Amino acid sequence: MAGRIFLKGNEAIAHGALAAGCKCFFGYPITPQNDIPEFMSSAICKAGGQFVQAESEVAAANMLLGAAAAGVRAMTSSSSPGMSLKQEAISYMAGSDLPGVIVNINRGGPGLGDIGPSQGDYFQSVKGGGHGDYRTLVLAPATCQEAYDLTRLAFDLAYTYRNPVLILGDAILGQMKEPVTPAKPRKENPKEAQDWCLTGAKGRPTRLLKSLFLDDGALAGQNLRLKAKYEKMKAEIRYEAFACDDAELVVVAFGTIGRIAKSAVRALRAKGRKVGLFRPITLFPFPSAALAALAAKGKRFLTIEHNLGQMVEDVRLAVLPAADSDFFSVLPGNMPIPDDFEKPILASLKGAAKKTGAPGKATKKAAKPTPAKAAAATKKTPAAAKIRGKAAPTAKKPAAKGKKG
Amino acid sequence: MSEKIVFQKPESVYDRATHYCPGCHHGTIHRLVGEILDEMKLREKTILVSSIGCSVFLYNYLEVDAVEAPHGRAPAVATGVKRARMDKFVFTYQGDGDLASIGMAEIMHAANRGERISVVFVNNTVYGMTGGQMAPTTMEGQKTTTCPSGRCPESHGLPIRMAEIIASLGGVAFCARTAVDTVKNLNQTKKAIRRAFEVQTAGTGFGFVEVLSTCPTNWRMTPLKANERIAAEMIPYFPLGVFKDADAEVCA
Amino acid sequence: MSRIVIREERCKGCLLCTTACPKGLIVQSERFNKMGYKVAEVPEGRMAECTACASCAKLCPDCCITVYKSEKPAAKGKAAGGKKEKK
Repeated sequence: MAGRIFLKGNEAIAHGALAAGCKCFFGYPITPQNDIPEFMSSAICKAGGQFVQAESEVAAANMLLGAAAAGVRAMTSSSSPGMSLKQEAISYMAGSDLPGVIVNINRGGPGLGDIGPSQGDYFQSVKGGGHGDYRTLVLAPATCQEAYDLTRLAFDLAYTYRNPVLILGDAILGQMKEPVTPAKPRKENPKEAQDWCLTGAKGRPTRLLKSLFLDDGALAGQNLRLKAKYEKMKAEIRYEAFACDDAELVVVAFGTIGRIAKSAVRALRAKGRKVGLFRPITLFPFPSAALAALAAKGKRFLTIEHNLGQMVEDVRLAVLPAADSDFFSVLPGNMPIPDDFEKPILASLKGAAKKTGAPGKATKKAAKPTPAKAAAATKKTPAAAKIRGKAAPTAKKPAAKGKKG
Repeated sequence: MSEKIVFQKPESVYDRATHYCPGCHHGTIHRLVGEILDEMKLREKTILVSSIGCSVFLYNYLEVDAVEAPHGRAPAVATGVKRARMDKFVFTYQGDGDLASIGMAEIMHAANRGERISVVFVNNTVYGMTGGQMAPTTMEGQKTTTCPSGRCPESHGLPIRMAEIIASLGGVAFCARTAVDTVKNLNQTKKAIRRAFEVQTAGTGFGFVEVLSTCPTNWRMTPLKANERIAAEMIPYFPLGVFKDADAEVCA
Repeated sequence: MSRIVIREERCKGCLLCTTACPKGLIVQSERFNKMGYKVAEVPEGRMAECTACASCAKLCPDCCITVYKSEKPAAKGKAAGGKKEKK
């Protein structure tokens, strides 16, 4: 096994892609992801693959669609404004069940925004992003090692589910340098995609990959097939739960913000504060069941994001009505440090103690406003917990995958 | 006395009625493509990239593997397919709205890179499937649903001559403009498409054929009148001919 | 006798074939097919003039026309490497 290598997050993604057997890379320059196409322009060719600097992000993403149709592992990367342009192809890929990996090194927006870190593309990433009713798998690395590992995983997931997979990083991750332990390069699986990809109709009926469904009921059928696929993807839910067991307040944050929040949580733990960190690694599917389970235990939540509040909506959907989530915003253009988070965490912790008193009573208190609602809530809560409990087995596996501490 | 069949539907073309209007040249061009795929024995290694417009359903008529590209992006999708599978035969079939308007960037750059793909470009001077709107190739004075008083160069510019533009790019090995309004022109079209396919199989470069075509319905003409318009109005503005055949020269 | 066969159920009545035939053999019939198109035909008695040049079939956008060329069996027998006899 090779020793550790010192890589930027962007480079780690590119290395991860090569280790995963990526054979085609389609790029277009945009800050802060340029290290990826720059590295790939020579590295993928040395690995026997193809590099194309496309005429636009629109074209790059459509080249990805083409390589995917041919059943070959391929990737494209960009940053926020470029991601908007890639959405056309991503929608077509989702509609045509085509696998591919798309990297977004998130920068500030809207519009041209800035070139600094931001998590402003959360909604775009997890709610489809382009037109139509679809989802992409979204992986959010927090370290260079994770960027490397999750990129490898992204290719496997893309081909397992025949779906586009997004890597959502940010300018912090893309530009920071850390040691990365490389994995053994993947052994090519000659059977991958062979039952559906386009190779020319030799000795078999023709194949057609499309997203147009005009016949009566055909599109509804495709929509339902996609929905079933998204349900299956829940088996891939991954998250990191750090010091959550006895925490009164759980900080929820993803990507590099999750990592910075972890430092803050660690510092507060050292001071005896009962706080924990929950860091979703798959943003879609979202680890709702695991959050709901924490809510059922009476924990309070504080969501921290590098935007004006996007993931917090999914956190609330997961923890309501047993609990709610406070929100702390880091604005694009600002580089947060762990100290910045201590104050808002302590404020939420204090609020948690005041509002809920002892853990376990949160449900009743939160549901108090009207007697009718309270009655409904007491009825609903156990039921809701049960429904989510059902999902727990799927969350179990990832929990084991999730790093503790 | 015995007899032999001297003309019938090529094998690569499905025995199926098309959705095209009476007199539409798409069916004719489909058949020519099918004949060439048969003659060059390419069918079993062909990957078709279909475009958006009336021609999107080409995959219902040609017995080949196919993928659907978003509007105008067929050359980019074809680039992806070809780079992933260099040993396959990859071609796009695009209309003028698709190729010369929304897909202008993709066609120009695929051609300029000299992608080893072939492009059949069907120019009927109008957006067909959407109901007859003005296209970048709509003739001066031609009435469409979005230029009801006729295309006016002052506000809409002049029709774009794609074949001449494509021929000027480095990666292009073969580029021609043809028509299918007469048997003579149709034979030239077949020759040209064959060359555009050959430059790909030989690895020379990018192959492009613009085929002047009718759209009787959206031209508000009978098929016969529409067919006559090709020679009367289109060919004088869109001259037929081979604009580039890079056999002898070095192709990027 | 060379001849053409028009698949009437596929004919859309565009009549491009009528312009292609060098002998002007093809005309519009009075028959409608299931799609509602008045189909093309070679009037009775004129098929004998067909030379199997296939111009009509080449111009037909709907692959409706199959062209048959007559051959003398004797010519076939003789033609070991020789030219086929033309009618």
